[in-house]
Amino acid sequence: MEDLRRFLTEKVLLFESDTLPAETEKVLQQIRREKTNNAVIFISSGTASMIAGSEKTLSAVNTYIADNEPNTQIVMVGCTGPVNYEPFVCIQLPGKNKLYFRNITEEKVEPLLNGVFHSDINKDDLVGQHGGKGFEFWQGIPFIDELPYFAHQKRVVLNNCGCYDPENIEEYIARGGYRAYTKAIRHYTYEEVCNIIEQSGLRGRSGGGYPTGIKWKQALNAGSSSRYLVCNAKESDPGAFTDRVMLESDPHRLIEGIAIAAYAIGASDAIVFFRRGSDHARERLIKAIRSARDFGLIGHNILSSGYNLDIVVRIEPGAFVCGEETALLSTLEGKRGMPKLKPPYPTTNGLFGKPTVINNVETLMNVPLIMQNGPEWFHTLGTEKSPGTKVFAIAGKGRLSGVVEVEMGTAVKTVLEDIADGIKEGKELKAIQLGGASGSFLTAGDLELAVDYDIMNEKGIGMGAGGFIIIDESTCMVDLVRYYMEFMHSESCGKCIPCREGTGRMLEILGNVIKKPLNEDSGTTLERFKGVMQLETIASVMKDTSLCGLGQTAPNPFLSALKNFREEFEEHIFDRKCRANVCRGLRTFSIDVDQCTGCTACASKCPVNAIYGTRLQPFFIVEEKCIGCGICFDICKFNAIKVK
Amino acid sequence: MDIDSILKKYKPGRREDLIPLLQEIQEGQGHLSEEAIVKVGSFIGLSTTKIYGLATFYDQFRFVPSGKVLIKVCHGTSCFLNGSQAVINKIKEETGLIPGQTGRDGIFSYDIVTCMGGCNNGPVIRVNGEYHPFVKPDQLPELIRKLRYIIEND
Repeated sequence: MEDLRRFLTEKVLLFESDTLPAETEKVLQQIRREKTNNAVIFISSGTASMIAGSEKTLSAVNTYIADNEPNTQIVMVGCTGPVNYEPFVCIQLPGKNKLYFRNITEEKVEPLLNGVFHSDINKDDLVGQHGGKGFEFWQGIPFIDELPYFAHQKRVVLNNCGCYDPENIEEYIARGGYRAYTKAIRHYTYEEVCNIIEQSGLRGRSGGGYPTGIKWKQALNAGSSSRYLVCNAKESDPGAFTDRVMLESDPHRLIEGIAIAAYAIGASDAIVFFRRGSDHARERLIKAIRSARDFGLIGHNILSSGYNLDIVVRIEPGAFVCGEETALLSTLEGKRGMPKLKPPYPTTNGLFGKPTVINNVETLMNVPLIMQNGPEWFHTLGTEKSPGTKVFAIAGKGRLSGVVEVEMGTAVKTVLEDIADGIKEGKELKAIQLGGASGSFLTAGDLELAVDYDIMNEKGIGMGAGGFIIIDESTCMVDLVRYYMEFMHSESCGKCIPCREGTGRMLEILGNVIKKPLNEDSGTTLERFKGVMQLETIASVMKDTSLCGLGQTAPNPFLSALKNFREEFEEHIFDRKCRANVCRGLRTFSIDVDQCTGCTACASKCPVNAIYGTRLQPFFIVEEKCIGCGICFDICKFNAIKVK
Repeated sequence: MDIDSILKKYKPGRREDLIPLLQEIQEGQGHLSEEAIVKVGSFIGLSTTKIYGLATFYDQFRFVPSGKVLIKVCHGTSCFLNGSQAVINKIKEETGLIPGQTGRDGIFSYDIVTCMGGCNNGPVIRVNGEYHPFVKPDQLPELIRKLRYIIEND
């Protein structure tokens, strides 16, 4: 172990030239498991895989290996991306291309491995093969790079995901890792690193798209004795999981990115502000930081360069607003996570009053790549104003979901139709939601739009941190907007009135819109109309007067849904109808006399006793009593209950 | 781990250590007791009201011991689109608890979280660390009955 460490440090990290001698390369190939005499089985072990049952798969593989092929290596890798394929298993026989298999649950392990080791491969679960130069390819098996899911992606930031053991720093170094960092701290000044990033045109990936190099320079040029770098890994939008996958699959690249960024601004303290709940990712990150420290890549006088760096992980204590920069800093200072007025910006007056740079995970993951390949290389990707790639977490009603990476400038349509393979169950697309709980909706007409900060901003759409939620016609937009508003209301910190009261009032009105009027005389109708007329006003006041980004963007889902789906709101308000049949308060049921056999099943289950009738005669529903719960609809075996 | 040995790991009087300290105490003891808040207060040099005010601001901290079975329901957008609201309603009905509460018998605690990461397998619930994908509301009564039976007969 000690020898390997010395070898990697001296012969690889501290090696002066970019191309390594052939004999070093040979050892690295072995570490990368490219030249082995035994089979290697890669099992994905991210959170999504664990939910799908990868731990059971692992123990089944272990049992099989112990009995049949004792020399086989088992490697736990991170998620590759496609969540539908979990547990995702990859098998590499000596000298041959890797084979990828999907949905390998416990019981499929034995037949699969029997097949692979005896050259009788089961094609049902096979996804494809992948390999490089010097590997023998399999006849008649497609290459995974040619499958639409992978072919339309440009995997740069994610290129290590699912390929190496994230708990093994040696393997990361053998894949070219930490060389950009050692080069930066040994050969470049702070200013030079900032310049390279500025030239590359990298923009912050958290949604705003602020140029990263300029941000770093502001902090570097702010006169102070100490500075801080904060990595914002608090991805708490419901439905976004890009950061988590990157952290689980490739924590070392993030550490390298943090280390380079901290060096560039002259900070010797870096803090990762981590999301609560992703225990698995947290363990991996802490382990990775520990092994980087053991390797001498973090700590005092790193590789004799005279540079010191310490990375600390802090777990967020659970408040959505802490994703906002100033609130995040308050939390780190041990105070309530409430935002402050900007300016002064954190780059000049941040943590403990010192200059602080806050970058998100994806931004920092790009940094080692730019340092390694140069700013010109980065400009070959993406568009002129937004170079590089963007990682999205596709979720919702698409046929495939998972983490994908596309070049900036790719049309939204490509992501939807080629990568996610369209909508499930032959339904129609209703909308795509970008940017989580404070994002906006794209409709079928916006599919030609390109993924690009400026193009999206022109249309008034925030690209967000990477949520890409596909919504089909079975979703009610009013209900969805109410769900987001409920989330925002519970997460509003309460410091400023527009956000605190506005979210509450909007939630109340939206609740009235989907609630059944129990009695038309009691003034609920009037109240509803009064409220509806105020909705837009409240939204615009919140947008203009809230203190921080959370309040200013909280009405976004509502405004964008109203713009694109106005008729659906009107149907709810005036016709008291929900076209997706989701809003329980607006559903009314009736019994088809011809179908009803009088079995009494519905009447006995009705929670409000709204169904009357005589046994073996058709029953009927009293509409005034019905609460629209739908229990009768679910229980009827004769399809006699009809939704109106 | 008891409170004093956790406190020993930190330097006194540093406000920025307050949240990690509370988090560690909660991890060790399951909740923040009155004793813990008083001790942390004198350690950091901050009044207990301030600490209580901070701890109630964040969702993570609980002030009553959690139940033997902790049910977490994912209410992220993807699970919401796949029907997590019905799951939440059913759990509410079966356990008689609202999110964040612990029952008087100390068996169940129940929480709502945003996005666990099983976006393709929604709705997802997590019972004492074990994930249950594709949960249907009508499976829940049986599951909850089983869990209650196991705890009561243990």
